[in-house]
Amino acid sequence: MTRQSPRARLAWTVGLSVVVVYAMVPVLWLMSLSLKSPDSVADKKVIPENISFENYEALFAGGLDSPLLRPLINSIVIALTATVIAVTLASFTAYAIARLDFPGKGLILAGALAIAMFPPISVVGPLFDMWRTLGLYDTYVGLIIPYLTFALPLAIYTLVAFFREIPWELEQAAQVDGATPWQAFRKIILPLAAPGVFTAAILVFIFAWNDFVFAITLTSSDSARTVPAALAFFTGESQFTAPVGAIAAAAVLVTIPIIIFVLIFQRRIVAGLTAGAVKG
Amino acid sequence: MAEIKLRDVTKRYADGTEAVKKMNLDIADGEFMILVGPSGCGKSTALRMIAGLEDISDGELSIGDKVVNNLSPRDRDIAMVFQNYALYPHMTVRENMGFALKLAKVAPEEIKKKVENASAILDLDDHLDRKPSNLSGGQRQRVAMGRAIVRDPQAFLMDEPLSNLDAKLRVQMRTEVSRLQKDLSTTTVYVTHDQTEAMTLGDRVAVMRSGVLQQVSTPRNLYNDPVNIFVAGFIGSPAMNFFSGKIADGKLTLPFAELPAPEGVEDVGDVIVGIRPEDFEDARFAPDGHADGMEFEAPIEVVESMGSEIYVHFSYEGGEVSSDELAELARDSGIAETPSGGEGRSVARLNPESEIVEGQKAKLWFDGAKLHLFNPADGTNLRQNKEEQAAAAAATEEAIEVEAEVDARADEEDPPARRRALDPPGAPE
Repeated sequence: MTRQSPRARLAWTVGLSVVVVYAMVPVLWLMSLSLKSPDSVADKKVIPENISFENYEALFAGGLDSPLLRPLINSIVIALTATVIAVTLASFTAYAIARLDFPGKGLILAGALAIAMFPPISVVGPLFDMWRTLGLYDTYVGLIIPYLTFALPLAIYTLVAFFREIPWELEQAAQVDGATPWQAFRKIILPLAAPGVFTAAILVFIFAWNDFVFAITLTSSDSARTVPAALAFFTGESQFTAPVGAIAAAAVLVTIPIIIFVLIFQRRIVAGLTAGAVKG
Repeated sequence: MAEIKLRDVTKRYADGTEAVKKMNLDIADGEFMILVGPSGCGKSTALRMIAGLEDISDGELSIGDKVVNNLSPRDRDIAMVFQNYALYPHMTVRENMGFALKLAKVAPEEIKKKVENASAILDLDDHLDRKPSNLSGGQRQRVAMGRAIVRDPQAFLMDEPLSNLDAKLRVQMRTEVSRLQKDLSTTTVYVTHDQTEAMTLGDRVAVMRSGVLQQVSTPRNLYNDPVNIFVAGFIGSPAMNFFSGKIADGKLTLPFAELPAPEGVEDVGDVIVGIRPEDFEDARFAPDGHADGMEFEAPIEVVESMGSEIYVHFSYEGGEVSSDELAELARDSGIAETPSGGEGRSVARLNPESEIVEGQKAKLWFDGAKLHLFNPADGTNLRQNKEEQAAAAAATEEAIEVEAEVDARADEEDPPARRRALDPPGAPE
């Protein structure tokens, strides 16, 4: 890094502070709301007068019948399953696309992109009907399948960029060393594409975790409803109280898994994103 | 260890271009064979076909006694050193070298022993637990070699393994490779575009041009008796000088001299005459009493002193064949693809004590007995068509004597097998 003049330093500090404040204020506001008791929610104070964990307790009161616990489990299982399936399938697809010359290669890539471009809202109507007929309505599978429609293209595109970067010679060296194509893929290509696989996994997980449109349309009960959808069904203490505190608390909780994910894989993602960006 | 045989091996791409055309080559057991040629001549493709990384469109390839056309690389028992080494970046040096053995399910203690043996040979002991990214270029190159030698394969295939090293290291590693190959006496096929590597390393050298094998012979033979103008121009540094000449009435006329036509060459009219730089000399240092020597005067354009020798670039006037014509002939015969092609200047290598000065005329001498005469129509060596060809052929014969026997035996044994292998898969019987 080159040494910056004091003025440049100041400009950077101010600029970055503005961005950080702009980004963090809503989050902090949400946290503040979640820590207020129902009667002080509307007091317009940034720092709660009495910090109470009442909202959080309420979310989990009643074990599996609590407002949040079941949806949280649903969310985790559905997002993780979609991620694992998408990344596994996508790594095979991307490998074939990056390495082999086969007819219809362009078609697959174009098709994947086209599918990813359909707005979910245009798909949910027909899906709702189909899923009810097929018995997939309000099930895990009923959400995982639509999630794959955007997760697969996303993962394929990310991974193709990574696989293309791995020199073909490495694989040929492995072949000459006596590896079967599967061994070469598993022992050489996959470890080298690990940053790409993680990047794809995290992106897919975040997208699946955040989905609202599919989740609200294709579920009707806690048996498959995910957290973003469940939030919409929160009720206040009485029918005349807005469940602001509970929603805020749930919103804070929902971000935690993603923060943990990102913190764990932060380095890999950064390495992955930049590597993919430069050469992909 | 095994011999490698190529019979009419052809590589044809989907668009019909042929990268390698009907290549026939016998590589004896333990031989160090070099494939050399300008870029795009098909040498790497040929090597990759031997490795199994490219499909063979036509012809038959055998390693040992087995036809391997349809075997995958892993079943050919060969080791390859890639130009960029292709070390596995996520494995340590030890894991890199042991990878093939691990795949072959060799016992861990055995792997450890073999890797440590190889690393001792290659002086890599201190680096066994480092990753390739922490190694220098020369060390990486040695790891790549180590990965090949731990396996004790039937053959080593090397694809320009030294071209990514700096000049000094390259010379050092060249010696290393040569020593290693001699110690292990494993059949080796080595691809390079560098004719110095080709000349110094190989037992025999195969010169290729646009997919066609030009000449296979010992380095000395290639140098002294090139079969055509391409080989003549490609082998040797600085490259051979070419002049337009004419043979008529028993006399050979050069742009700067006239001398009796060499023995055994008829009055063929226009010829291209090749003279190696070292067959020139400063007239002052011309060997005494040399019957075929000839002196001439030429304007000196550039003098390059190398210490142990002096390179003098000179131009010449006249000549009955215009230089345009020579250029055209040169293009047709492929000389334009050689390093000195189309420069239009001639180089002489002189005694370092020569006092020739730039920009002046000087008296030069050349050895009339060491002229190379080429047919301007097709670039073939005119003299080799005669008695020398027989000599060269005999020398080549000698080098491949062993495999010829094996060959004869194989021919008797399995002609049906060969025919079967030549049939396209799935063809009706």
